[in-house]
Amino acid sequence: MENSDTEMGAAPENEMGAFYIYEAPVRLWHWINAASILVLAGTGLLIAHPLPSVMGEASHHFVMGDIRFAHFISAWLFGGGFLIRILWSFFGNKYSRELFHLPLKDGSWWRSLGFEVRWNLFLEKRARKYYGHNPMAQLVMFTFFLLGTLLMILTGGALYAEALGGGSWADHLFGWVTPLVGQPQDLRTLHHLGMWIILVFVVGHIYMAIREDIVGRQTSVSTMISGYRIFRK
Amino acid sequence: MSETVYEVMRSQGITRRSFLKFCSVMAAGMSLGPAYVYDIARALETRPRVPVLWLHGLECTCCSESFIRSSHPLAKDVILSMISLDYDDTLMAAAGFQAEACIDAIMEKHPGEYILAVEGNPPLNEDGMYCIVGGKPFVEQLKHVASRAKAVIAWGSCASWGCVQAAKPNPTQATPIHKVLTDHQVVKIPGCPPIAEVMTGVITYITAFGRLPDLDREGRPKMFYSQRIHDKCYRRPNFDAGQYVEHWDDEGARKGYCLYKVGCKGPVTYNACSTTGWNNGVSFPIKSGHGCIGCSEENFWDKGPFYKHLSNLDGFGIEADADTLGAVALGAAGAGVAAHALLTGLRKPGKESDDTGSKGNEKI
Repeated sequence: MENSDTEMGAAPENEMGAFYIYEAPVRLWHWINAASILVLAGTGLLIAHPLPSVMGEASHHFVMGDIRFAHFISAWLFGGGFLIRILWSFFGNKYSRELFHLPLKDGSWWRSLGFEVRWNLFLEKRARKYYGHNPMAQLVMFTFFLLGTLLMILTGGALYAEALGGGSWADHLFGWVTPLVGQPQDLRTLHHLGMWIILVFVVGHIYMAIREDIVGRQTSVSTMISGYRIFRK
Repeated sequence: MSETVYEVMRSQGITRRSFLKFCSVMAAGMSLGPAYVYDIARALETRPRVPVLWLHGLECTCCSESFIRSSHPLAKDVILSMISLDYDDTLMAAAGFQAEACIDAIMEKHPGEYILAVEGNPPLNEDGMYCIVGGKPFVEQLKHVASRAKAVIAWGSCASWGCVQAAKPNPTQATPIHKVLTDHQVVKIPGCPPIAEVMTGVITYITAFGRLPDLDREGRPKMFYSQRIHDKCYRRPNFDAGQYVEHWDDEGARKGYCLYKVGCKGPVTYNACSTTGWNNGVSFPIKSGHGCIGCSEENFWDKGPFYKHLSNLDGFGIEADADTLGAVALGAAGAGVAAHALLTGLRKPGKESDDTGSKGNEKI
């Protein structure tokens, strides 16, 4: 096994103790974001595949209206939270920037990535320690979560613009997305695919976080609650 | 170009009262305030009629069929007097060489003043040989007439987007006209066919104000294409309430519930059907109990099926839409995670036995 002490982001092999990694705004954003994704996916599925029809006067019900309202409220939390998260990356510690930046020119990062791939293919015997994200987590976070989020904000904003109409603020901000991807139906298809990309990410993300906690040598789940990364032997 | 619209209308026995009524209807139709009624009237009284050359490429003539059924105004009474329709091989009396001569005559006499209205589109494959007009490929006639046109109007989805002849695999390489006439601002009036009142409304606007109406990003007049069918649909309250037609002829269908679940494309279609209606406002597809098929949107033939509101995706088998594909991907991710977890569990005892430390990993 190569010596991990010099590798990018990796902690020394014998590093022990607790390190403050995720500051409060990052943690708060993480859980608001998690909740909003849950609501967005649930209500999104109900918009695409509505509940069985209710009978009676239309004026007595507002089922789809309420579902869409919940979707838009959580979309504001998701989109607005993401914007604030970007701003925070300018003020927060260096770990707050890992989500937005892949150190592709750094050879040690690539070597650590190779190590993590081998580790997850059961080809390495001992996990490495990282203060922040390991390179594989960072890569998946960037490609699935960050790009998926951007896709959802852009296509979602353009869909919102359709309801608000031509000339609305949403139309000025996001209206250009529709001709870029084709026509409104293509926009919808993309918005659906984007949800599945994020849900696939969520499954892998939760699994990896729990797995790291069990077979890795550092905390992972509790780190996003307390902010502290605790290393063990 | 000596006669004005008003003079022609009067000569056809239309009273001034009817003329002013027509101006009011036009102003309302174009979402203009009452003050514009007199602007329109003055313009039609003073401006000479605009010559229009109406070309036909690959098309089915449904645009023409729609146009001549315009009720406000009646095409026969008003529009054919408002414009000087100097060439339209389907409607004109002349044929053959006499008809073709009209094009050159207008181009010589009124360069930069006539409107080119195009129904259908040119196929570009095999040097345009799939559509021959007057012995030449249509694409040549199109470029020739466009060269001196004041404005270019694309009638219908064929000219605007390509429509059925451009649906996959598009063997003739039928191409919407804005991709051929790249140095012109093309006004798109999509629809299969477009609404008659929208067609005549656009011509009235250009005649009355001497300029093109405000266009959106896609080149469609904002006054008719800035809202979706869904936004003004009279069944929208049923959509919001959660009342849908689940199957054809069920209770919901009889009560006129929303057609979203049976594939209505109203939420993704920009057109004025739910506002203006068709055939003198009598009805439109949703009012007749059938979902919108999205005929005024780009490549709507390839966004099917008509009876599902999510499109099938190419390359993923029959009947695979974004959600079936996504559910399969999520299931695969779940299965992969479960398998990986199982392998991790199986390996873990072995990990503890290797020489990484005297104690197990669990103990800190």
